[in-house]
Amino acid sequence: MQTRLFAAPSPHIHGGERTRQIMGDVVLALVPALLVSTYVLGWRVLMLTAVSVVSCLVFEYLIQRFLLKGRTTIGDLSAVVTGVLLAFNLPVGIPWWIVVIGALVAIGIGKMTFGGLGCNPFNPALTGRIFLLIAYPVQMTDWTTNTPDALSGSTLLANVKAGAMPLSDIDFMSMFGGHMNGSMGEIGALALILGGLYLLWRKVITWHIPVAVLGTMALFGLCVAISDGGAAMWQTPLFHILAGGALLGAIFMATDYSTSPMTHKGMLIYGVGIGAITMIIRLWGAYPEGMSFAIFIMNAATPLINKYCRPKRFGTKR
Amino acid sequence: MNQLLLTVLTLSVLGAVLAVVLYFVAQKFKVYEDPRIDDVEKMLPGANCGGCGFAGCRAMSEALVKRDNIASLYCPVAGGDAMKSIADFLGKTAPEKAPQVATMRCGGTCQKRPKVNHYDGALSCAVVNTFYVGESGCAFGCIGYGDCVAACKFDALKLNPETGLVEVDADKCTACGACVKACPKGLFELRKKWPKNRAIYVACRSKNKGAVVSKVCKAGCIGCGKCAKVCPFGAITVENFLAYIDPEKCKLCRKCVNECPTGAIHIENMERLPKEPKAPAAKAVESEKRIEPAKNE
Amino acid sequence: MRTFPIGGIHPHDNKEWSKDKEIEILELPDEAKIPMIQHIGAPSNPVVKKGDKVLAGQLIGQSTGFVSANIHASISGTVTAVDAYPNGQGQRRLMVVIKREGDEWMPEIDRTPDHKRECTLAPQEIIAKVREAGIVGLGGAQFPTHVKLSVPDGQKAEVVIINGVECEPYLTSDYRNMIERAEMILTGTEIVMRAVGVSRAVIGVENNKPDAIAHLREIIARDGYSGIEVMPLKMRYPQGGEKQLIAAVTGRQVPPPPALPISVGAVVCNVSTAIAIYEAVQKNKPLIERVVTVTGKELKSTHNYLARFGTSASRFFELAGLPEGDVKLLNGGPMMGRAVVDITAPLIKGCSGLTVLSGKEAARGEELSCIKCAKCVSACPMGLEPYLLSKLAKLQKWDMAEEHNVVECIECGCCSYTCPSYLPLLDYIRIGKQTVMSNIRARAAASNKK
Repeated sequence: MQTRLFAAPSPHIHGGERTRQIMGDVVLALVPALLVSTYVLGWRVLMLTAVSVVSCLVFEYLIQRFLLKGRTTIGDLSAVVTGVLLAFNLPVGIPWWIVVIGALVAIGIGKMTFGGLGCNPFNPALTGRIFLLIAYPVQMTDWTTNTPDALSGSTLLANVKAGAMPLSDIDFMSMFGGHMNGSMGEIGALALILGGLYLLWRKVITWHIPVAVLGTMALFGLCVAISDGGAAMWQTPLFHILAGGALLGAIFMATDYSTSPMTHKGMLIYGVGIGAITMIIRLWGAYPEGMSFAIFIMNAATPLINKYCRPKRFGTKR
Repeated sequence: MNQLLLTVLTLSVLGAVLAVVLYFVAQKFKVYEDPRIDDVEKMLPGANCGGCGFAGCRAMSEALVKRDNIASLYCPVAGGDAMKSIADFLGKTAPEKAPQVATMRCGGTCQKRPKVNHYDGALSCAVVNTFYVGESGCAFGCIGYGDCVAACKFDALKLNPETGLVEVDADKCTACGACVKACPKGLFELRKKWPKNRAIYVACRSKNKGAVVSKVCKAGCIGCGKCAKVCPFGAITVENFLAYIDPEKCKLCRKCVNECPTGAIHIENMERLPKEPKAPAAKAVESEKRIEPAKNE
Repeated sequence: MRTFPIGGIHPHDNKEWSKDKEIEILELPDEAKIPMIQHIGAPSNPVVKKGDKVLAGQLIGQSTGFVSANIHASISGTVTAVDAYPNGQGQRRLMVVIKREGDEWMPEIDRTPDHKRECTLAPQEIIAKVREAGIVGLGGAQFPTHVKLSVPDGQKAEVVIINGVECEPYLTSDYRNMIERAEMILTGTEIVMRAVGVSRAVIGVENNKPDAIAHLREIIARDGYSGIEVMPLKMRYPQGGEKQLIAAVTGRQVPPPPALPISVGAVVCNVSTAIAIYEAVQKNKPLIERVVTVTGKELKSTHNYLARFGTSASRFFELAGLPEGDVKLLNGGPMMGRAVVDITAPLIKGCSGLTVLSGKEAARGEELSCIKCAKCVSACPMGLEPYLLSKLAKLQKWDMAEEHNVVECIECGCCSYTCPSYLPLLDYIRIGKQTVMSNIRARAAASNKK
């Protein structure tokens, strides 16, 4: 064997962490929620998630291979994450072909038009979900497959907002462990929190965004409860954190690297923004849930936050 | 009916008022710009390459219109004729400059200048240059990662994968000078452009002693000075063990080419002189005079 | 346990490969090539010519300014050439080549092994001796030590910090010095304290070297070195960076340039430099040798050598037994070391180790696109934005790179190390830094002209 002398600028070693590994960790962190969801809602959850993941991968491959004629990067697993998150944002009764359309929008428009991984200004899964919400409002808000019994056809958030269900009737334990009313991925709070802890432990995410989002929502809820005359003092904040896509959004969607700020300070501002906008939409907006819109809006603000929230330079006061 | 009338009226009045306001605002903030700037810009190539030293063609045309003396302004891309027509248009004297072409002065192909190590960093000549000499042992030669190719806006440079060297397409080159700036080894020079893209130049920049050069590269200039001795026009100087052919003095007689022991003097689009036993100097000049005008068409 | 405030990484230190290898005195080379620039600043002027006889420790390169350093012959013999030869990076530098004849030293050098602790010299005399001996920072930066010890007017030193951190992975030369030559370090520290006029010194040692901490503490207690404290620091790279170490030890951050470490009252000095200072001041011995680690996973054997400057790098690799196949040779450790492409290059003052990586260890991963994970931002110990600086340098936006403080980069490599997309961030930042620095110099020169 001929000896070659290698040369490159320093550093000569690498920490070994790869993009694929990070994406794999995110997928792994989503597994508990998927299991809970499958247990509560049935096998259809797995089927739809598989459809979503496969179509995301296929669309990414096709676009990179034949439209952009470049290197294909489906090996980095980012399309898998998008696929799982997209499925998690859909009701279990949705027809499978709508999922495929959502995947096309998520990957095709949300991601590849901007240049692929890392260049997209908006979270691709959310792009797909919001498109579906506008294009197929009936199917996207049809929760009858979830639970055929009373108060069916509505999520908890919608019921509370419409005044159909007082907060004191809410079964917080089931919200924590796994309930029936919601999108596929948002119904098992404990599983989502477990996933979040795993991501924190693996240092894939930092605490800043989830805590800022959820903390703002809780504080907002508390203020609303106080202004309501002190009724449901603890129920309001807890309900808003556990209900709807709050945990899924705060832990998995808002923390998406390319669409969230780079510095810790920026992350806090971004998280507070998401929390506040979500609560405003939930309490006074037309939709019962505002998480996806809130993240979308703050995604748009991310470049601006990055511009003004510089890291603290060594040796400077600020 | 009444309501409709009111609406129409309100909007009309509002429109009229705003129109008046807009008119005055436009008057107040009007910036006079010489219309000739637009005309001159149209006469420039519009490549925004920066070869003139300005940020773009617009900045150049502003300078051309505003300055009284435009002798120092020259667009190498447009060339002498275009500059003359611009000057005529503006009623000024045109800057005169002979056409030039970028020349890459390294002849160390992969075969003649073997690689002695394997570079594994970011693929950019500038990065290589930040910390070591490059994959061959020569500290002056082409690194071959194509920073100049990326800098060229006219697609005139190409990296030849066989030789590992960058080649200039003289027809496409506009002598904008971007490559001169981009090359960290300073290998490019803007030289006089001869008809039919003929050229003679020393394809080496190594200021090392001959023995050091020949150790790492078989095609380098060893500074022997034979070319300088044979040149009838005094166009060749040898400094720091490196020969340089002054493009203004060189008459393309090609005597030096046969003298060079390493083939470091490159000729382009010309035949070498037939090898002949050394002729007396006077005769050489004479024969040169005969060849020079006859050589063209 | 203390450490520096922002950024940093935790690479595998792999010091176990060579940490238990005692310092061996390397046999003298038959020929030494001694570069006339082994320091930051102006190159030295050779004061010998071909054919001259020199003794070990004799001045052969005269420093040419304040920020410059003397160069001494490392072996005795005849000067056979004063000419340009390639350094490790293949760049030709002026070197003095000495062919060895015996091992004769300059007569004034005290070569007895006894430890000489007492020093009654005035600060100015100490600094003069350090300057005479050509001492530079031996941690790798090669900054002339006498410049550091000369506290500028209006500034006051408060504490001497001795850098025993050795945060660079793989290297163990400082560690061996702390274990085997602790007395010299401590006396050297006392001399530095005397030179800058302070009564307190802190030796910062990372907690992955508990025996060095214990040993130094034991000697301090046994021999009564008052005012010297050993401070264990939490292991984190790049703690050995001057600004990082000051922040870790004192909690004070050196403001951005042009402020110097002295602006927060700190004078920092490497443990190996402290030994060199001891030898120069107490034994009249100029800087002609140092401890070098030769390490690598696939080497046949690893070593810590006490070697004379000018010894060919190939000698070390021969003794250690290079592995078969592709290799990457480094002058320094794997984070900040420079790749060596010419193994005839000589050992120089700043070389604390020679590291050998196999082709597999050294090969870089495939570059992917930036996912804006901000890991580089949180790893940067200077609080910069590596992803941005790298991009600006790639796009040649020098003005913007300057606005974002590219010149403050210490080239520690944490950004490239953490990047999950394997982007060569530092490669480009370095171009940006060099270009912006030369732009700044050009501007300064232009304004001076006016």
